[in-house]
Amino acid sequence: MLPIGALLAGFAVFSLFLLLQGKSPADFFALVFRAGFGTAFSWENTLSRAAPLLLAALCVALPARLGLVVIGGEGAIVLGGVGAGFAGVLLSGAPAGVALPVMLLAAMLIGALWIGAVGALRHYRGVNETIASLLLAYIAIALMNHLVEGPLRDPASLNKPSTAPLGEALRVGTIPGWDVHWGLAFGVVACVLAWILIDKTTWGFAARIAGGNVRAAQVQSLPVGKLILGFTALGGAFAGMAGFFEVAAVHGSANASLAGGYGYTGILIAFLARHNPLAIIPLAILLAGFEASSGLVQRRMDLPDATVLVLQGFVFMAILMSETLYGRFKVFAPERWRTG
Amino acid sequence: METDLGYWIIPLAIIGGAIRVSTPFLFVSLGEALTERSGRINLGLEGTLVFGAMSGYALAYLTGSPWLGVLAAALCGALFGLVHGVICSLPKVNDIAVGIAMMILGMGLAFYFGKPFVQPVAPDLPAIGFGWWSEIPQVRAALEVNVLFLIGAALAVLLWWMLRATRVGLTLRVVGDSTDAARAMGLRPAVIRTCATAVGGAFAGVGGAYLSLYYPGSWNEGISSGQGLMAVALVIFARWNPLACFGAALLFGGAGALGPVLQSVGVSEGYYLFFAAPYVLTLGVLIATSSPTRAMTGAPGELSITK
Repeated sequence: MLPIGALLAGFAVFSLFLLLQGKSPADFFALVFRAGFGTAFSWENTLSRAAPLLLAALCVALPARLGLVVIGGEGAIVLGGVGAGFAGVLLSGAPAGVALPVMLLAAMLIGALWIGAVGALRHYRGVNETIASLLLAYIAIALMNHLVEGPLRDPASLNKPSTAPLGEALRVGTIPGWDVHWGLAFGVVACVLAWILIDKTTWGFAARIAGGNVRAAQVQSLPVGKLILGFTALGGAFAGMAGFFEVAAVHGSANASLAGGYGYTGILIAFLARHNPLAIIPLAILLAGFEASSGLVQRRMDLPDATVLVLQGFVFMAILMSETLYGRFKVFAPERWRTG
Repeated sequence: METDLGYWIIPLAIIGGAIRVSTPFLFVSLGEALTERSGRINLGLEGTLVFGAMSGYALAYLTGSPWLGVLAAALCGALFGLVHGVICSLPKVNDIAVGIAMMILGMGLAFYFGKPFVQPVAPDLPAIGFGWWSEIPQVRAALEVNVLFLIGAALAVLLWWMLRATRVGLTLRVVGDSTDAARAMGLRPAVIRTCATAVGGAFAGVGGAYLSLYYPGSWNEGISSGQGLMAVALVIFARWNPLACFGAALLFGGAGALGPVLQSVGVSEGYYLFFAAPYVLTLGVLIATSSPTRAMTGAPGELSITK
């Protein structure tokens, strides 16, 4: 209930911001609705964009259940994509049934190592995971630029340095009957699996204890270190998977488009969902709708492309401020429901 | 007179680059040191830096005076810091998460309002040449020092003295080390932290104005690539000591200058990897100075990242 209120409050502040600019918020939201959710075509566009957001949000939400704020999912997406692109080049002759799983695994493994390293640094060296993960994201982007402009560059890509394009057989197709690539299905399944892991298994329970109170978890001799490594690596693997789909389903080769900011929007989605994987699904679709409508809003209302970023900033602030309201309302207090 | 300096040009250019590149690091890290000494961490300084760069450039262009731009950037930075400080004063609100949100909001607002200022040219901040004794043009270029760098160096000394020897500094340290002790003394921790965050934001805004008004000296959306965030890590490395911040900023500036310097002497191999040098250095420094078992020496007791 509160997150929805906070979302609306964020929209309200943003509307005020638009009014101060002399723009109509009603026009803005009507355009977003039309371009993001109005027609079958716009739904397909929105859902295609939602796929990497689902996975990027999981990369934030899973470590967050252990009390870790990891914000460098962008790095795992970028390097996972490069790994998938490179594996695709190596396996260009292999049948798709072999090559695609290998590419996917390569991307997930790289992502898991990248974000898992953040967890390891946190656990073994006490390095702050927020700063370390963001630094690693910058390093990952530099590494990607080095690789696609140097050793892995396809000489035919002139204006936009890329790895060699994937063969038609190694492209991930669309879900039958829809013009939406398979990344969406994988993303939704990943969210459901992550929810089962956190809410229905002993590991998830242990992780929630460790996230609530590390001392209590250690007293119960829970394997806090293994949980940190496992959850960060799993989150990284999901982000790497997002990179795989960006390469194999959207771009067709690894290039600088991989650093498209999905990792950063994922942070907002995870916080909006209060790190609940099931709540990530609708919120990722909502945010994807805003991104999908960005182009139309720019043209029709003469607003800069950063408008969506401003909106995201306001919503993020609102959701964080709403944290302070928990426990303030009688409706949510357990005493009220107690009888006698 | 044309002198062939050979490979001496590399260390020379790195020293010159360190002075040029370090100034934003210096201002952001001084501001962050102040904020963290009061027991809060503001990760949003990256956004403040970018917004400071935009607002400073815009005002310098509109008024023709770079110093008015610096003033505007400082005011905007203080406003951002104030918002962060006030929101973090609400109970149960996480300062790290608010910092991330402020980072996104600051960059979003800067790109939104900065669009019309990508093309125009604003006046630069003045620089003083300390290389008059030398005949070699490269030495002269390296010792061209911006006024803001000198102000930053003076500020570092001033802040160090303030934290050590004045009533304000002691108040700040008490609040940062123990909320309970501060309350017992009749201080109001939330108000003091909010003020410290606002002043820290103003410093970061000035650092941003340096970026757009001197080096690189233009406004575009890629003007800061994580410099505000690296400065936050640099404060940990400097152990919350303003004087050490000055040294650390020079070191990081040197690392940041490595990429452009090697490019200028014709080393193109691994060009992008050298650009990653400051990030790798920051991470290495973080790893080397952190410890899983003991609290860091000099760390404010109430700081969430070291608890």
